[in-house]
Amino acid sequence: MDDIPPYPPIDPTTFDLIVIGTGLPESIIAAAASTASKSVLHLDPNPFYGSHFSSLPLADLPSFLSSHSTSPSPPGSASSDEHHDFSLLDLSTRPLYSSIDISSFSPDLLDQYSRKFNLDVAGPRVFFCADKSIELILNTGANQYMEFKSIDATFVGDNKGNLLNVPDSRAAIFKDKSLGLMEKNLLMRFFKLVQGHFAGEQDVKISDEDLQSPFVDFLNKMGLPPKIKSFILYAIAMEDYDQEDTGVCGDLLKTKDGINQLALYNASIGRFQNASGALLYPIYGQGELSQAFCRRAAVKGCTYVLRMPVTALLVDKDTGCYKGVRLTSGQDIFSQKLILDPTFKVTLPSGSSPSPPLQAKFPFFSPKDDRGKIVRGICITKASLKPDMSNFLVVYPPRSMFPEQVTSIRLLQIASNLAVCPPGMFVLYISALCNDDDQGKKLIHAVMNTLLTVPPPINSESNASAQSETTESGKPTLLWSALYSQELTLGQVDFICSTPMPDGKLNYDDLIDATVKLFKEIYPEDEFFPQTSSENHEHDGDGDGDGDVSLET
Amino acid sequence: MHGRPRKAPKPEDEAASTAKAQKLRALQTQFFSFHHSKIYTKETVELSAKLLEINPESYTAWNYRKLAVEHYLSQPDCNPDTAKSVLDDELRVVESALRQNFKSYGAWHHRKWVLSKGHSSIDHELRLLDKFQKADFRNFHAWNYRRFVAELMNRSEKDELKYTEDMIYTNFSNYSAWHNRSVLLSALLEKKAEGFLSKENVLPEEYDFIHQAIFTDPDDQSGWFYHLWLLDQTVTTDHPLLVSTWPAHGSDVLLVEDRCQNSSSFSPFTTLLSDSGSFPIVLYFNQPVEGVSSSTVVMECRFNKNEDLLWEPLSVSNLQTAQVWVAHLKFPTSELDSSVKISVGYTKEIISTRGSLYSHPSTFSFKVHVQPVERDSSQVSVAENILWREENFKVYRAQSEESIPIASFDHLSIRNDHESTASNWQTEALAKEVECFRELLSLMDCKIGKLTLARLLMAYDAMSFPFANKLVHSEEVLELYNDLMKLDPTHHRYYKDEHSLVLLQKMTSSKESLLQHCFQYKDSVSSAIGKPICLRLNNLSLSRIRAFERLLWVQILDLSHNELESIEGLEAMQLLSRLSLGNNKLRSLTALEPLRKLKSLRVLDISYNQIGDHSIDTTRYLCSSPLSHSVGSELNNDESVINNVALINYWEAFYMFKDLNLNRLDIVGNTIADEKFKSVLVRIMPSLKRLDGELLD
Repeated sequence: MDDIPPYPPIDPTTFDLIVIGTGLPESIIAAAASTASKSVLHLDPNPFYGSHFSSLPLADLPSFLSSHSTSPSPPGSASSDEHHDFSLLDLSTRPLYSSIDISSFSPDLLDQYSRKFNLDVAGPRVFFCADKSIELILNTGANQYMEFKSIDATFVGDNKGNLLNVPDSRAAIFKDKSLGLMEKNLLMRFFKLVQGHFAGEQDVKISDEDLQSPFVDFLNKMGLPPKIKSFILYAIAMEDYDQEDTGVCGDLLKTKDGINQLALYNASIGRFQNASGALLYPIYGQGELSQAFCRRAAVKGCTYVLRMPVTALLVDKDTGCYKGVRLTSGQDIFSQKLILDPTFKVTLPSGSSPSPPLQAKFPFFSPKDDRGKIVRGICITKASLKPDMSNFLVVYPPRSMFPEQVTSIRLLQIASNLAVCPPGMFVLYISALCNDDDQGKKLIHAVMNTLLTVPPPINSESNASAQSETTESGKPTLLWSALYSQELTLGQVDFICSTPMPDGKLNYDDLIDATVKLFKEIYPEDEFFPQTSSENHEHDGDGDGDGDVSLET
Repeated sequence: MHGRPRKAPKPEDEAASTAKAQKLRALQTQFFSFHHSKIYTKETVELSAKLLEINPESYTAWNYRKLAVEHYLSQPDCNPDTAKSVLDDELRVVESALRQNFKSYGAWHHRKWVLSKGHSSIDHELRLLDKFQKADFRNFHAWNYRRFVAELMNRSEKDELKYTEDMIYTNFSNYSAWHNRSVLLSALLEKKAEGFLSKENVLPEEYDFIHQAIFTDPDDQSGWFYHLWLLDQTVTTDHPLLVSTWPAHGSDVLLVEDRCQNSSSFSPFTTLLSDSGSFPIVLYFNQPVEGVSSSTVVMECRFNKNEDLLWEPLSVSNLQTAQVWVAHLKFPTSELDSSVKISVGYTKEIISTRGSLYSHPSTFSFKVHVQPVERDSSQVSVAENILWREENFKVYRAQSEESIPIASFDHLSIRNDHESTASNWQTEALAKEVECFRELLSLMDCKIGKLTLARLLMAYDAMSFPFANKLVHSEEVLELYNDLMKLDPTHHRYYKDEHSLVLLQKMTSSKESLLQHCFQYKDSVSSAIGKPICLRLNNLSLSRIRAFERLLWVQILDLSHNELESIEGLEAMQLLSRLSLGNNKLRSLTALEPLRKLKSLRVLDISYNQIGDHSIDTTRYLCSSPLSHSVGSELNNDESVINNVALINYWEAFYMFKDLNLNRLDIVGNTIADEKFKSVLVRIMPSLKRLDGELLD
């Protein structure tokens, strides 16, 4: 072993907090802790920011996925004999992804442009203009590091390839071509009912009984036809599970939560002047978000070291309490607190289990969604699914593809104007919740087969050349795809503080809730981004001072 | 801008505005002194700019700047470059004023003025407008200015229509945008631009478009306004038409100079008692027209020369336009039977107020029979001594089929000519609308929806049975208005009026229904034959009246025991000789103005109204004041008649009654009618024989 990378030593060697992994929750915590005047060391074994929330070039994505699909790292060289005060607990990773399936139908073309791609590892994901993540970005001033663009539209798809526009606002209902006049009237009146409810208008209050009842029952009670119900449940409230099949979805969305979703959606529309719809996407991809918080943290004095794996944790020999980490470079760094990316696993000395005080010392995070897995797919095409549109969301409600489909499938098309791919190309992110990989992949494939022409695998080089952007059927031709299944929970409770992993939601709200909770547990005395510093708002926007994100039109 | 509650000013705001006012006052004083001494130096002009920046509403400052610009431009050393910089300066000042208040009339006007000086970089103007319209897409100043700029730069209506449509798609709650759309469409239709050849091509699509707005949000008014415009476009015929005449085409008119001849089989509907030696010819158009004269209307008969016929507009305002025109034909004493032929509109000078030509020339003719004079003056006064008591009337029973020619009903020869102009698309469009709004109302209770349905149904009936006057849906419409009166008490009076009008239309729509209201005055002296019919529309709680085109023949009309506040339009009933308006809600003498045009009126009952109850006459503005020229001169001429009367207190009475030739007046039960007032009336009207039933000397 003579090609040891030249790791520079880190100085100082003691911090209030060490964070390992630069995923979104870790980055937010690093920024929040730095803002609360903690000294923070933020480490990442990868050479890029974002961990499982990153946006990667085309060539790097497969290797990143596969590196997290097996447990490669052999227990480190660390042995417990070097210290008398501490014992070493080996740190290893556990697999997050499985059933990785990468297909390339046009290798030459893509190789040429590999670096021009920024592919989201945790896609599809968007922001609602009024959601918690946007609030957080604005409150923390992270908005100065990001630029956004509005998602043009939301559609509901079916198994014939039709994309129905989702009338999600007053203007959209007015403009919609597929709704009948009566349907327009019913839908708008329902929206107004919800708005009136929140505005506290007496005569339109939704009763407590209704609020506690399943949302789907309330929609039925309001006389909304199936088409509109489906729009509201799956394309506006973004429900994952079939609401009309209690067998699948044990706990149905309540009216209370349903109308909160509607209110969020409604508040999102028109919040920013240049945003036409409710949804936003960051230029250069979702990985920008983690990076923005890291920059925020760095401004507040957080120390960043990338490409720095950690091999072991140092714990007090007597108490079993955490003391610090040992880096690959061999350096030991000490801190009060530790936050780990959820894929890290601490290998306890064989045969032993953490002593009770250990468990008590380290609060753990329990993910909300304890359901199995999410299958994600990334497709690259040279033509848009909708000829006159670049960036949009498509929702396939339960049972819209085939009767056994019990979860929504979501698809997000992003075009080169968001700097995620070379000009003229389009990236599709698809995801579906599932119990096992095969079931999930079947859902993703169903969508791909409906919308795309999937060429035969190019084993022989003969037919590789004669490919057009779309076939006669008008479907875009698939150039490249990656399908992989991601664990939503590792099913194991650890004694270390682990951040949540990417969830199955479309936005970051649940993750941010969990992150705030985690911060409160490690720093119960400190405020999570206190609302003061005027310097946060020094952004160069032309807006009216507070609360604007940079939007490109 | 919109929907933002006004906040009470904080103390520091008030302090700030006081400071601002002080500064403004100082500036203003300085400015006025420069303005008055006509000083236009750089500094003084700069001062006005400063003033306008603080207060864009300062008209004087804008005008000063206009004078200053004129001054500069008239200097001998003024070249195009300096002129440009002067005008550029103006645009800049306007822009900063608009930034301060983009609803400043003065600023927008000044900008127009600058542009009209020939200085324009129009693209810049449109960019500026885009900015203002983005800030407030309903700002009607910006929309106005946009029309001005679009016209100036000859921007095509289609481009503007596209822009307007985009604005509507952004937010359809935008009166200005819908209004602009209606303006542009009208222009395109008038030009017959490609794709806009006729209403038939354009309006159905517009209906579809507006339905999207109305159904999406029935609570938003802007859509309904546009719908009303569409409805108006659908039902109005651009070209004026002759709707009705008296005498009707093909009728036989019997003229008697006395009442009691028991001659002939003439219908009481066409027997006219006349004491003036002439009878009126009435032309009733579908809209106000001008240009009716002996050259546009040609009368042919043996006893009167066409040139002698003087056509007068029947309108309360003294304009030369009116929906109803009248001429008085002197009837011959020598000739017993004669036929009259009248041709309307063979020369093209009759035009509507909108400028459309009367283009459906039509002819009608009738026969006149004259009953020789056998004057017995005492009898005349008895005949006119009508008492409006229930027991004095009996239902008119038609003698036989041929003797019920209720005038105006069957004179269709006039209208048959243009039957072809009413086309199918209109009835189809209306039928579709009716269906559409029935559906909306089945979903939700919606006041404006009900009102619209009522209007649509009436329009549909009028459109689909234009010549039969059938009102298939009148019951439903009346029900809708009844509903609305309950649902929307704030607008009760409007609904009540509409209800009355529909009710009247319904009653006059067919011979059968009208006959139910036809009575004969019981008079022991003579037989029924040849005696005029009394139309009794009493006790119907009418608040307004209309449908005069079907009532031109009426000589005796009972409108008592209704809720009338106005008798607007009654002037069309030129044959009226006896009229009861007793027990209504007339509030002033000026409300009686239409009566001044009724030259045949002899008996009038206005007892038990509210004349004089209200010290402030809200209708007075409709009536010329004693201080205006026309009335003032009349007063002077007639001074001798009314000496000793404190005219200033009774000018309304004088104005109202002096030209009426009443024999009998009932005015009891009005606050105004005290003894003094009555004595004034007697002096004003020497012809009066009975006042409140009392025989006068």
